[in-house]
Amino acid sequence: MADRARFSELTMEHMPALYSAALRMTRNPADAEDLVQETFLKAYRSFDSFTEGTNLKAWLYKILTNTFINNYRAAKRRPEKADVEDVEDLYLYRRLGELQGGPVGRSAEEEVFDRFTDDEVKQALESLPEVFRIAVLLADVEGFSYKEIADITDVPIGTVMSRIHRGRKALQKALADFAVARGLVGTTDVTR
Amino acid sequence: MSGDSADCSETIGRIYYYLDGELTEERRLAIQRHLDECPPCVEAYDFEVELRQLIANRCRDRVPESLLERVRQALLEEERRSASGRQDQLPRA
Repeated sequence: MADRARFSELTMEHMPALYSAALRMTRNPADAEDLVQETFLKAYRSFDSFTEGTNLKAWLYKILTNTFINNYRAAKRRPEKADVEDVEDLYLYRRLGELQGGPVGRSAEEEVFDRFTDDEVKQALESLPEVFRIAVLLADVEGFSYKEIADITDVPIGTVMSRIHRGRKALQKALADFAVARGLVGTTDVTR
Repeated sequence: MSGDSADCSETIGRIYYYLDGELTEERRLAIQRHLDECPPCVEAYDFEVELRQLIANRCRDRVPESLLERVRQALLEEERRSASGRQDQLPRA
C-alpha cells in the first residue's frame, strides 16, 4: 500500500478544485462529496502506479471524470439532450453590443461581468449537456490543454476541440439569457 | 521583415485556438500580426479573454470541513484495512 502521508501531502491541495469540478458535474452537493471521496480513495489505492513528477492534477482529474461517468452520470438513468444549439462566433460580445446599441467597450463589459453572480455563472456552466460541460470546465476553469483533456476524457483530440468550442458558445448563450432576464443590459423598449 | 497577416474572418474563426495556445507558430504569428493592426478584432479577442477569466474566477467553491474530515478518515481506514489485510489475509473490502 502506498504511503498515506506522502499521498495526502501531494493530493490534498487539489481538493478544492476537484470539489468544484464534482459540483459542476453532479449538480448536487451530496453527490459531489461522495464523488470526491471515491476519487481520493481510488487515487490512494492506485498511487503506486503513479509516477511522481508527472502530471498529478491530470491523473486525479482522470480518476474523478471516470468515476463520474461510470457511477453518477445522469445519462445512465435518463437520456440527455446531447447537443447544443449552434450559435455564431463571438455570440455574447455581439449580443451585448446589440443590446447596448454599440460595440461593448471595456467598462461596459466589466460592468456586466461584475453584475453576474457566482451562482449565475455556475448555473450557466451547469446548464450545458455533460460532455460539453466537462470539456469547458477542464479547459476554462482548470486550464488543461486539448491534449490533456483528450487523455482525461479518453476521446480524440478533434472531439475535445469541438466540444470546447461549441460548449463555450452554449455557455455564452446561457449567460446572454441571464443578462437579459435580469435586466443587466438595457433594451431598446424598456426604460431603466 | 513581414510575414503574412490573417484577415478578420480567419482571426475570428480561429480565435479559440489562438486563445488556447493551440495554433502552429506560423498561424499564431499571422493572427497576432492582424490583432496588432485591427482594433475591432482586438476588442473582440479581449472580450473572450475576460470572459474566460470570469468563468475561471467565479466557478470556485469552499470545501466543507466535513468533506475534508471524511476523506482523511476514509484514507486512514483504507490504510488500516490494507495493513491488517496483509497480516490476516482478510478479503479486500
